[in-house]
Amino acid sequence: MEQVMTNSLGFPILSTLIFLPVAGAALLLLIPRSREGLIRVFTLLISVITFIISLPLFTQFDKSTHIMQFVERRQWIPAWNINYSLGLDGISILFVLLSTLVIILCVLISWNAIKTKTKEFYIALLIVEGAMIGVFCALDFFLFYIFWEAMLIPMYLLIGVWGGPNRVYAAVKFFLYTLVGSVLMLVGIIVLYLYSGKTFDIIELSNRVYPYGMQLWLFWAFFAAFAVKVPMFPVHTWLPDAHTEAPTAGSVILAAVLIKMGAYGFLRFSLPILPEASRAMTPAMMVLSVVAIIYGGVICLAQTDLKRLIAYSSVSHMGFVTLGIFALNIQGLEGGILQMVNHGIVTGALFLSVGIIYDRTHTRQIADYGGVASVMPLYASLFSVFTLASIGLPSTNGFIGEFLIILGGFTANQWAGVLAATGIIIGAGYMLWLYQRVFFMETNPKVAALHDMDMREIITLLPMVVLIFWIGIYPDTFLGFMHKSVEHLIDRVNTGGVHGPTIARTIIGVMK
Amino acid sequence: MQFMMPDLSPLRPEIIMTVLSMAVLLSDLVIKRKETIALLSIVSVVAVAFTFKDSLGITFNGMFISDGYSTFFKLIFVLNVILTVLISIKYIGIEKVNFGEYYGLILFSTLGMMIMASAGDLIVLYLGLELMALSTYILAGFIRYDVKSNEAAIKYFLLGAFASAFLLYGTSLIYGLTGTTNLRAIADYITQHGLAGNPALTLAMVFLVVAFSFKIAAVPFHMWTPDAYEGAPTSITAFMSVGPKAAGFAVMGRVLLYALYPIKPQWTPVLIPIAILTMGVGNIVAISQTNIKRMLAYSSIAHAGYALLGIIAGTADGLASVMNYMMIYAFMNIGAFAVIIMLRTEGFKGDNITDYEGLSKTHPLIAAFMLVFMFSLTGIPPTAGFMGKFYLFMSAINAGYTWVVVIAVIFSAISAYFYLRIVMYMYMKEPKETVAITTSPSMGLALAITLAGVILIGVLPAPVVNLARIAFP
Repeated sequence: MEQVMTNSLGFPILSTLIFLPVAGAALLLLIPRSREGLIRVFTLLISVITFIISLPLFTQFDKSTHIMQFVERRQWIPAWNINYSLGLDGISILFVLLSTLVIILCVLISWNAIKTKTKEFYIALLIVEGAMIGVFCALDFFLFYIFWEAMLIPMYLLIGVWGGPNRVYAAVKFFLYTLVGSVLMLVGIIVLYLYSGKTFDIIELSNRVYPYGMQLWLFWAFFAAFAVKVPMFPVHTWLPDAHTEAPTAGSVILAAVLIKMGAYGFLRFSLPILPEASRAMTPAMMVLSVVAIIYGGVICLAQTDLKRLIAYSSVSHMGFVTLGIFALNIQGLEGGILQMVNHGIVTGALFLSVGIIYDRTHTRQIADYGGVASVMPLYASLFSVFTLASIGLPSTNGFIGEFLIILGGFTANQWAGVLAATGIIIGAGYMLWLYQRVFFMETNPKVAALHDMDMREIITLLPMVVLIFWIGIYPDTFLGFMHKSVEHLIDRVNTGGVHGPTIARTIIGVMK
Repeated sequence: MQFMMPDLSPLRPEIIMTVLSMAVLLSDLVIKRKETIALLSIVSVVAVAFTFKDSLGITFNGMFISDGYSTFFKLIFVLNVILTVLISIKYIGIEKVNFGEYYGLILFSTLGMMIMASAGDLIVLYLGLELMALSTYILAGFIRYDVKSNEAAIKYFLLGAFASAFLLYGTSLIYGLTGTTNLRAIADYITQHGLAGNPALTLAMVFLVVAFSFKIAAVPFHMWTPDAYEGAPTSITAFMSVGPKAAGFAVMGRVLLYALYPIKPQWTPVLIPIAILTMGVGNIVAISQTNIKRMLAYSSIAHAGYALLGIIAGTADGLASVMNYMMIYAFMNIGAFAVIIMLRTEGFKGDNITDYEGLSKTHPLIAAFMLVFMFSLTGIPPTAGFMGKFYLFMSAINAGYTWVVVIAVIFSAISAYFYLRIVMYMYMKEPKETVAITTSPSMGLALAITLAGVILIGVLPAPVVNLARIAFP
């Protein structure tokens, strides 16, 4: 059993973060349906409190070690040796913070947009928050799976109930794609559990050695779940539909946190538990990543729907993330993790922005816009920041992430690096063209009478702007969290399966 | 010849159950309020449940076994009675069949199930099975003026009679081969005389499997299920989908893993295709249903397929997972049927899937209950349905049937489509007409119990799992 740092904050911080929103959702049940104002304020309060509680993670985290911190451990189902164990390391911590922040913005952006079944909407939102945080905190594979799947229920409702015209199709597609992937992973989890002497403990599982053939099978079983979530080419087709049809808050959650879970899954499970298979499968993963980068980008050029365009850009950007992860070197991995955060911030912000203008015009067609810059100058300037960050302009966060990934990718395979770099050019193409069509050119009469952003909307976007420049100018605040954990992970990937058998052989030799 | 009185204490629950069932049946003569009879029947089964604890033992020369295994199943039967009665009280009034015999028959049927669970002998097994089945046939046709209910009863009866014949044929073959009908003696005889590869024994085994497959509604012996489930009074559909199925699994486990364990290599290849077909047909045909009772009938077929995985595993864990699953299935399925019954009002059947359109708007609480039951039937955590499936899958993989489990999880993902369709109708469509619902305190209680069961076992499965695990000797 590896060393862990137990939580020394005096209260179970991770459990609080998971269950405070869930308890908030339960309390929402008691508020009468007609008091919508109270429901909104209460949800906002819960999400802000959750965010404040998550701040000590940021300040108290020990960056000098890779071991799990803030660990909580309780017996849960002793018959199957399943424990309720939570903890964070440098890979997962940023996502917890991102989740708690993004939910506040989701509440704010939905303030006036959600008009039907308000109560159910905020209940679903809070349950999603609890489950998301649970996914990133779980140190028990079974617990992880519970949160991973439990999130499907509220997400399905968010898309299907409050989404656009084609929402039912999108919601069912989202649910079925994810479920098929997840159940295959479940079989993999059970096989792993039985092979390793009935333990679901992630730390313990990542320290064992598994036969190569088994690793390969498990790798593809996990791949089924994680690749769908990322989403990697060719199982990405649910994403444009889900993103497009979801309400703004749903799109933001999908873009900012939910699709990060797939990449997180690769980092937390595939790489450390199955190092040999991961190494062996690197070429395949790199090809899929590069295809996603270029294919996603080219498809963007043909989109006429604002949200669909951003959705396909997510496919392209997540291609960068998986490329970085499977470069299997320090730059690639750190770039990949940072780019996950960046993509969450930038794409989240873009969806928030689209939501702001959609609330006014109720159209997502790019052709219905034009000349918005002269009508909404403040909005236009913020949108330009997000556009440039999405392209990866230096001094924005996108640059740091993509630079590290291309560096890592180039080190691992020159062609991957070169091809990925072309993806950035395509990205500049579709984003700038989008900006031009929406904000410049002749003012479309449909947008002529729009008023600029109000205070609530500015507050919603402001944190994203701050983070874009913070990471862009001084990334070390965030990279500092992951150095040790990433080093440890790379150690494991490169040496895993080598030490183990040697020791085993020695023991067998001694016994003979 | 000296007559020794056998030890009757293991039989105590069954004896008390018989007495109380008759009392409930006779009370119909003097008690005019049928609700009182309903209450009496609940009190009776609870009283019986209290005798489980110190009834452990084997009696009548091993013909009757009362152990942890049978007791666990009997708990499921008791639960089944309580929940069925709670959802019936108002409903049978609406269907205009508010007769006292209804409760008596439920109790007799349950007595049959209890005897099945405890059977240590093929003859005792047959006795219990017939008592259960005959009472259920009548219950299925309880709405006498309704053609569909009559159809349900006659189909169930005819095919059930076939199943009984198969069972008897199998029993007689086994008796011919081994000279005994006692389960333990059969196992001993097979091992001692090396009968393992005997074709006649294999044939007998196949006959028994066919008979049990009828009872648990496994494909290709499921033909009666959709019609019987659709036509029977909804409360009885709920009762049938849990009780006889659980009893079927109880005897299946006892016979296959006890008497016929020596020929496990012969029965596993028979059961695996049955399980795969059951999951496949159940889940795929359910997709195209427009009547929710028929849909749940196919769903119940599919769930029998999942549960068969535990029997196929053929280990103590496998059996425990089947027991665990049946308990969980009782909660989630009766819960779903409770919601269906609430939509039945005077002059409105409420069993079409389209009747659920916009239910979340008109009756948000009922819709939320249904949502939980549907997700539980799909097997999405944190509901009990997931824990049940997980245990089944785990024990099957542990026994080396990973490929069967892969097929099972794929079908399980397919099943999400039709369960989610109900959720979709409730939450994502606008109500066309205002659907009235029937409420009553007893219905509320039933919903509360089932919901609590689904959520509690989903979040804290340890107590039930432990109970199932220690139950197996």
